[in-house]
Amino acid sequence: MSILDRKLRRDLGHLATQAVAIAMVMASGIAMYTMALYALHSLQTSQTNYYQKYRFANIFCNAVRIPADLMPRIQALSGVSAIDQRVVFAALLDMPNMAEPVAARLISWPDSGKPRLNDLFLADGRWLDSERSDEVLASHSFVAAHGLKLDDQLEFVINGRKRRLQIVGVVYSPEYIVQIQPGSLLPDYKRFGVFWMSHRHLSAAVDMQGAVNDVTLTLERGATEAAVIEAVDELLAPYGGTGAYGRDQHVSHRFLEDEIKQLTIMAWVSPTIFLLVAAFLLNVMVGRVVALQREQIAVLKACGYYDWQIGVHYLKLALLIAVGGAGLGLLFGYWLGQNTTRMYAEVYRFPVQQGSLTGTIVWGSLLISIGSAVIGTWRSIAAVISLPPADAMRPATPSNFSTSWVERIGLRWLLPQIIRMLLRQIQRQPIKSLSTVFGMAMALAIMILGSFSLDAIRYLIWFQFDYAQRQDITVVFNQVTEHDVVSELKSLPGVSEVQTFRAIPMTVRHQHASRKISVMALGDEAPLYRLVNIKEQIVPTPPEGLVLSDKLAKILDADLGDRVQLTALEGTRHSAEIEVVRIITEYGGLNAYVSPQVLARWSHLPRTCSGAHLMIDSATTTEVYHRLKNMPQVASVNLKGAAMRSFEESFAANILTMRLFNIIFTVIIAFGVVYNHARISFAEQSRDLATLRVLGFTNGEVTSILLGELAILTVAALLPGCLIGWGLAAMLVWGMDTELYRIPMVIEPATYWFAMFVVVVAAFLSGLVMLRKIWALDMVSVLKARE
Amino acid sequence: MSLEPVFSTRQITKDYHMGDVVVRALKGVDVALYPGEFVVLLGPSGSGKSTLLNILGGLDQPTSGQVFYRDQELTTWNQRQLTQFRREHVGFIFQFYNLVPSLTAYENVALVTELVSRSMSPLEALKMVALEPRRDHFPAQLSGGEQQRVAIARAIAKRPAILLCDEPTGALDLATGVLVLEAIEQVNRELGTTTVVITHNAVIAGMADRVIKMSDGKIAEVEQNAVRLRPREMRW
Repeated sequence: MSILDRKLRRDLGHLATQAVAIAMVMASGIAMYTMALYALHSLQTSQTNYYQKYRFANIFCNAVRIPADLMPRIQALSGVSAIDQRVVFAALLDMPNMAEPVAARLISWPDSGKPRLNDLFLADGRWLDSERSDEVLASHSFVAAHGLKLDDQLEFVINGRKRRLQIVGVVYSPEYIVQIQPGSLLPDYKRFGVFWMSHRHLSAAVDMQGAVNDVTLTLERGATEAAVIEAVDELLAPYGGTGAYGRDQHVSHRFLEDEIKQLTIMAWVSPTIFLLVAAFLLNVMVGRVVALQREQIAVLKACGYYDWQIGVHYLKLALLIAVGGAGLGLLFGYWLGQNTTRMYAEVYRFPVQQGSLTGTIVWGSLLISIGSAVIGTWRSIAAVISLPPADAMRPATPSNFSTSWVERIGLRWLLPQIIRMLLRQIQRQPIKSLSTVFGMAMALAIMILGSFSLDAIRYLIWFQFDYAQRQDITVVFNQVTEHDVVSELKSLPGVSEVQTFRAIPMTVRHQHASRKISVMALGDEAPLYRLVNIKEQIVPTPPEGLVLSDKLAKILDADLGDRVQLTALEGTRHSAEIEVVRIITEYGGLNAYVSPQVLARWSHLPRTCSGAHLMIDSATTTEVYHRLKNMPQVASVNLKGAAMRSFEESFAANILTMRLFNIIFTVIIAFGVVYNHARISFAEQSRDLATLRVLGFTNGEVTSILLGELAILTVAALLPGCLIGWGLAAMLVWGMDTELYRIPMVIEPATYWFAMFVVVVAAFLSGLVMLRKIWALDMVSVLKARE
Repeated sequence: MSLEPVFSTRQITKDYHMGDVVVRALKGVDVALYPGEFVVLLGPSGSGKSTLLNILGGLDQPTSGQVFYRDQELTTWNQRQLTQFRREHVGFIFQFYNLVPSLTAYENVALVTELVSRSMSPLEALKMVALEPRRDHFPAQLSGGEQQRVAIARAIAKRPAILLCDEPTGALDLATGVLVLEAIEQVNRELGTTTVVITHNAVIAGMADRVIKMSDGKIAEVEQNAVRLRPREMRW
């Protein structure tokens, strides 16, 4: 070990606590980075491999009834590589442990061999026996959520008829990595299950012999998705095609892609903050070390060491701390990543979830930590290199102070000496003081960023399920039903209010933008499902014109007064232009609303409905569920907010764990920043403080100078921290703004207060650690030393 | 001169532990200081004079022996009482001035006058050392001699019972040193403050009423000067 390295080792020993504090901040940043990239890599490779191996389709189409002889024509379309045809049917499931009917989706499975697309992974049991009509394969998520076993029998209501079917196999599907019931925002594996049944028997059960209602296809290399979709739509239009869509509109794929997008943001935002703070801390610490060792630097240069050797010597100090922190961060991040991946497995069902600490992650972490160390210290290192030895031999010019601006604006005589001292101290080293304020503000911002999602979810639940939607359940019918179903529903015991709706798949187009969505005609029987504007005001459905949700309006670039073209994807396929008369706020999906009168006039059809919202008396819920299960026209029953609530419940523990980590990270930053500042201030001022002690100042009075400075800086960081936290949250909201869902930008005051509390406590703790040092100040020896 | 001493010590010793080695800095010192007296403590470095001064000023406690301030025994006091004692009765002047760099000359003095009720005003104290015109300068804007005179103003502003000066001219050139010594002498004369000056410069001894020579942790010799020289009259 060279002499310089020996010196380095000892210097590091003297700086141990400070070095550890900075390394911890560095480690936190690298841990977040590693965790996010690990999870990202795991999701992406699992997804890619799964899609490839199990032949996940590119384009998905539904229609009312597609005759079998249409298949060769679809296959012959230019750009189509492989096609697969199925019967997909919504059914109800009567689970003995649940009062409410469970929504099921039945998908036909080839009677011989495997499907050409969207293959299944058999996790347990066996494949279907096409000779038997009472067998199903069940999705793993549903089986796990209910604790079901092979050979368990389930009671389905298929097309109004009860059927008992037996689970013979448990499967995973690339189409249902996330399983979300139509009309719901989030997965709820207890209330929605997917099942596969022999093609022959399912077709018979739903009167689909000789036809299918679902076609999926893959594209040839180089084919244009939009062109194929257009061609398929044209072919399927006469058969009630509701519009083909690509993976980008596929719910499971979309959900997974959104998670990947979020993770990508996360992999950059939080680590950037931590590494910036670490760079600032290194800057301040190495700057201080270099200032203290001025004379040593001169001696080394006088002895004949090259400038660069000495520069490298101080750079090594920063690098050791950075790389040490990175190593720790990698280990912790690896552990966090594994846990996150495990947590993801609760929602994202892959047959095999892959994950490994790749070389890219490891080298990336090291490079980033080294980069931030170099950025943080280059100024001090440059000063070391350019310092002429003769200059360095002389002591540095004494610190220059001036009156602070607080005093200059005329408050001078109001301030006691001690306050003046600390104000001038803060002002004399603006970079150091600003670094500390910045670091503390970032700690606060990280805390706010990490906790606001809970506020947002709570607000979302309130907005969507307590305020906008007053119904208890939503019933969807198998097929469009006459409007007089209202009286039948109203006659159910305990149903107090009924509001029908008619959802029609349509293409909405404005200028060059278009989307395939469900346009909803809300019945005027009772205001259960209410439209709400950005000011949280209820907007009645206007008798004329179109109401757009804000996200849809934005995508279409349509404003109030613009005329939007609507083309129905069923029935007469009528097309018309309608004026946008209201824009409302919604956090899920893309929606448009019209009044039933507009719809009737426009489609020249009698008033019909595709479902109804019901308000029911809680005492009779079980009875209502029982009756609904036995109504032949009921295809599915959605419990308002059940998915959101069960999601929140199952993730409550995870959210708490995340929150704990958040607090830990915040405390690490805040403690590290304040401690670093306090140590350096203490070192710089220990002579002054000792002088004051000699002059008769008490320990308490001397302590108040140093801690007062920290207190002022901490308080100064609170407002910027809240603002930055708000800004970061806004950035995240923006980043997570997808067609599937949006997160409301809501941060409760309590979140700000709690974040400030955590930061203040962390600052206070590092103040306490300093207290011991101040009280142990050796007056005699300090006075002997020259400044 | 009254016969009641302001300070007196009885057989004080002081041990320092440097690793495994015990260094005895004071080896049983008896000394008494009287009101208004100007005492020069002379001796080579390591002779124990700073240790003695620190103990008298309440900065340090002896290992054994007793220290009295008038009729009170300092050696029985706790840290809080010693701080209170320094606050009210002791003025310190150091070789390296020890001004607070973030405070102006005026404020450095006010630092002390704010603590003590019967002090003089900071301006009065600065006038005594002829630095009133420099009152709003920061230490970095003052010469070494000026800084030391601010330190003197700071030390005397509280009208201390004793002024303890540790090598007050050690960091200064000759001419400046004389100015500083004149200021100390003037304070001693006009305010009647008992003054102890530590030095290893034997010439300064001419200023004193009494010269206490220390060597190897003990008082080697005590001399009474018949005539006190003015700093300008001393020859280096």
